[in-house]
Amino acid sequence: MKSLKTPVIKVLIAAALSLGAVGAGHAQTAATAPAEAPAATVAANPAPVAAPVEAPAAMPAAAPAAADAAAPAGDATYVPMKPTPGVGQPIDRGIDFQPQVSPIGEQAIWFNHVMLLPIITFISLFVLGLMLWAMFRYRAKANPVPSKTTHNTFIEIIWTAIPVLILAVIAVPSIRLLAAQYEPPAKDALTIKVTGYQWYWGYAYPDQGIGEYVSKMLTKEQADAAGEPHQLAVDNRMVVPVGRQVKLIITGADVIHSFAVPAFWTKMDAVPGRANETTFTANKVGVYYGQCSELCGVDHGYMPIAVEVLPVDKWEAWVRSKGGNPAGPVVETAAAAPTESAPTAAPAAVPAAKN
Amino acid sequence: MTDIAATAPAHGHADHANDHDHDTPGFFVRWFMSTNHKDIGTLYLIFAIVAGIVGGVLSGMMRLELAEPGVQYLGGWAEMLGGAGDEVAGKHFWNVMITAHGLIMVFFMVMPAMIGGFGNWFVPLMIGAPDMAFPRMNNVSFWLTFVAFVMLVGSMFVPGGSGLGAGTGWTVYAPLSTSGSAGPAVDMAIFSLHLAGAASILGAINFITTIFNMRAPGMTIHKMPLFVWSVLVTAFLLLLALPVLAAAITMLLTDRNFGTTFYDAAGGGDPVLYQHLFWFFGHPEVYIMILPGFGIVSQIISTFSRKPVFGYLGMAYAMVAIGVVGFIVWAHHMFTVGMSVNLKMYFTAATMVIAVPTGIKIFSWIATMWGGSMSFKTPMVWSLGFIFMFTVGGVTGVVLANGGVDTALHDTYYVVAHFHYVLSLGAVFSLFAGFYYWFPKMSGRMYSEVLGQLHFWIFFIGVNVLFFPQHFLGQQGMPRRYPDYPDAYAFWHLISSYGYVIMGVGVLIFFANILYSLVAGKKAADNPWGEGATTLEWTLSSPPPFHQFNELPRIA
Repeated sequence: MKSLKTPVIKVLIAAALSLGAVGAGHAQTAATAPAEAPAATVAANPAPVAAPVEAPAAMPAAAPAAADAAAPAGDATYVPMKPTPGVGQPIDRGIDFQPQVSPIGEQAIWFNHVMLLPIITFISLFVLGLMLWAMFRYRAKANPVPSKTTHNTFIEIIWTAIPVLILAVIAVPSIRLLAAQYEPPAKDALTIKVTGYQWYWGYAYPDQGIGEYVSKMLTKEQADAAGEPHQLAVDNRMVVPVGRQVKLIITGADVIHSFAVPAFWTKMDAVPGRANETTFTANKVGVYYGQCSELCGVDHGYMPIAVEVLPVDKWEAWVRSKGGNPAGPVVETAAAAPTESAPTAAPAAVPAAKN
Repeated sequence: MTDIAATAPAHGHADHANDHDHDTPGFFVRWFMSTNHKDIGTLYLIFAIVAGIVGGVLSGMMRLELAEPGVQYLGGWAEMLGGAGDEVAGKHFWNVMITAHGLIMVFFMVMPAMIGGFGNWFVPLMIGAPDMAFPRMNNVSFWLTFVAFVMLVGSMFVPGGSGLGAGTGWTVYAPLSTSGSAGPAVDMAIFSLHLAGAASILGAINFITTIFNMRAPGMTIHKMPLFVWSVLVTAFLLLLALPVLAAAITMLLTDRNFGTTFYDAAGGGDPVLYQHLFWFFGHPEVYIMILPGFGIVSQIISTFSRKPVFGYLGMAYAMVAIGVVGFIVWAHHMFTVGMSVNLKMYFTAATMVIAVPTGIKIFSWIATMWGGSMSFKTPMVWSLGFIFMFTVGGVTGVVLANGGVDTALHDTYYVVAHFHYVLSLGAVFSLFAGFYYWFPKMSGRMYSEVLGQLHFWIFFIGVNVLFFPQHFLGQQGMPRRYPDYPDAYAFWHLISSYGYVIMGVGVLIFFANILYSLVAGKKAADNPWGEGATTLEWTLSSPPPFHQFNELPRIA
């Protein structure tokens, strides 16, 4: 897989830089294709989503676009945003969760900070206190003759029943949080197809007609130059509008990866052959980083995620700079069909290639 | 070490200590063809210590690499072990280290020490049996484990895709372990797990048969010491869980080598199937590692409080309940894999239920101390440390049990901190507690109390400095299994690495204590712990005769 893919990507980058958008669009399609076929074979989980995603993603995205985000050629209104220190990324010596900018994240943080953390702290200290007291009061010097008590039905019932009650109290907001996370996406949610590769991410906006582009980690030097944290900064970010729900359709092209953005309380595995769905709504403009969260091979630690949340007008400008139509969904063209059929041979070749 | 299990009056060295006991064999036959449960237990303990050193050195190398951002040592280490010295080989070696550390600590340190070591030594002694039910099978178990370990260590020196060794993580998830890892290393690691699993299944059959059939007259099932109860429950978990692992990794092998597609979506399989099978084994496995520790701690708390265990039946059946419920919570390890909301709600609720029997155990230990007459010998301080540290690891488990919260914490350092609190500070503390508790019985010599206490305090401080900051890293979002990280994580990673150094000093004191005790330790009395130690092993000489209970004891 690796040997097959790397040259393709190199070609792709070269094409994007020198030839411009049309060439890039075609190369992207070729790189995406192996991922498409398995995704289509599987019962979607948790909600059926696969069908409408494939065709637009495979579209050649014929409109002109400046592929390289660092140097927008045609539409100059999109400039990658600088991250806000302390937001969307870990902070030096930080001990708490990252500040949450999504409703789910706020709900989860409330649950953790108001219920879980106090409860577990209290239980730990309570156990420690009981132990210290027993160690002091019942040390051999203070209590030379041990008692013979080995049963006390009442207290045994108490220490069974009270934990049950505590757990029941925890369970209510816990189940509520789960239910909120799984609420079906709104009709106007922005759909983004996320594909995990060894070792980078691919993002496509099928409804906007933005074909898949890849997102790779910047080197330390590049990140320093861009004023971004190394190990987190990427060349092409996922860009979403503020306040609008985003529906992610996530799959893996080769092995399992996991798409995670701590500030959105989002994490979903990218499993080959599955189209996983999750949603988030980012309520604050900014750049939010995440990292692959499932061991995926040599460069598992080197395929970060960066999501840029923009005001709607700026997001629309970004979409146009990518050659897409912010209003979407784009009417599907017949061009989708032939691109789909050709690459299906690729996954079949995979078993022969391994070992 | 060779005279650890020598008969009490033996004055010669073990290899020619056959003048008293006409059937004490010579050195080779005794240690390589052993059918004696105490000798096999000793072999298991030595084996676990050696494996623990290997696994511990690996974790030290990882902490060194993680002490500051950037990749400093990996390439050089990969080259030293015979691989390429480039960046790719270095990063691959990182994955090999996390894999080997996990597998070694689980399969070749904790399990052999708990079940093979203390289980073999003390289950027959505690139930008043002359030996295990199947002594030869017992020997087969040990040597299969030994070969499995050799296979696993060997796998680090053969090609595994992007470098030498298996870099799949101890979970060996497909498709990284199938199409994602060329070369024989992963096959070797899988074979190693097969052998270790077969060894454990044989051992489990042996323990179940022994405990059900060979208890001394009068020792009803409800009079068995809690350590025996814990090994019995553990043996059932092994018997039911390991075949599932064997099946799962056999399918990995055929996917890798014979073109099957059990875990390959392109051929109609499913990578997530592997995770379900693995964790159906994997979750009971974590109780396999901790339940014997519960048993050990129960014996020790009772002994040093000079009081019988509080709520004996509740303690015994809490372990049974943990074992049963442990089989129906596995998917909480897979909350982010993309499962339905109903499934996630079920696994959230079921997982939290485990806190109830665990809470019963913790409160019963405290109640055992309550009203007792406590002395704080080394085994006792380790047990007390165990109770508190296991509580801390347990409550973070309750946090992780919530599927909605796990979304953020899954596969982060919070999880690493959680399971090291229950294993490295839970299971390992109970192992040290058991080691100090039974060392006089096994060796016939007393350990140094000063060194034992010093070992505890340094190790206790070290592991807490090592693992507590990892909660912070996890909450901030630091993912597991990363050789490098953004600068923001540097501070707590450095603290964590300092903690490793402190812990390492503690371990050195432990070894010094063993050496000192074997060479110059005071002779141990039959029962060095006084009236609180009521189980049958303390009625025997220290060390016990080569064959004990030729006349079965009667339990009133």
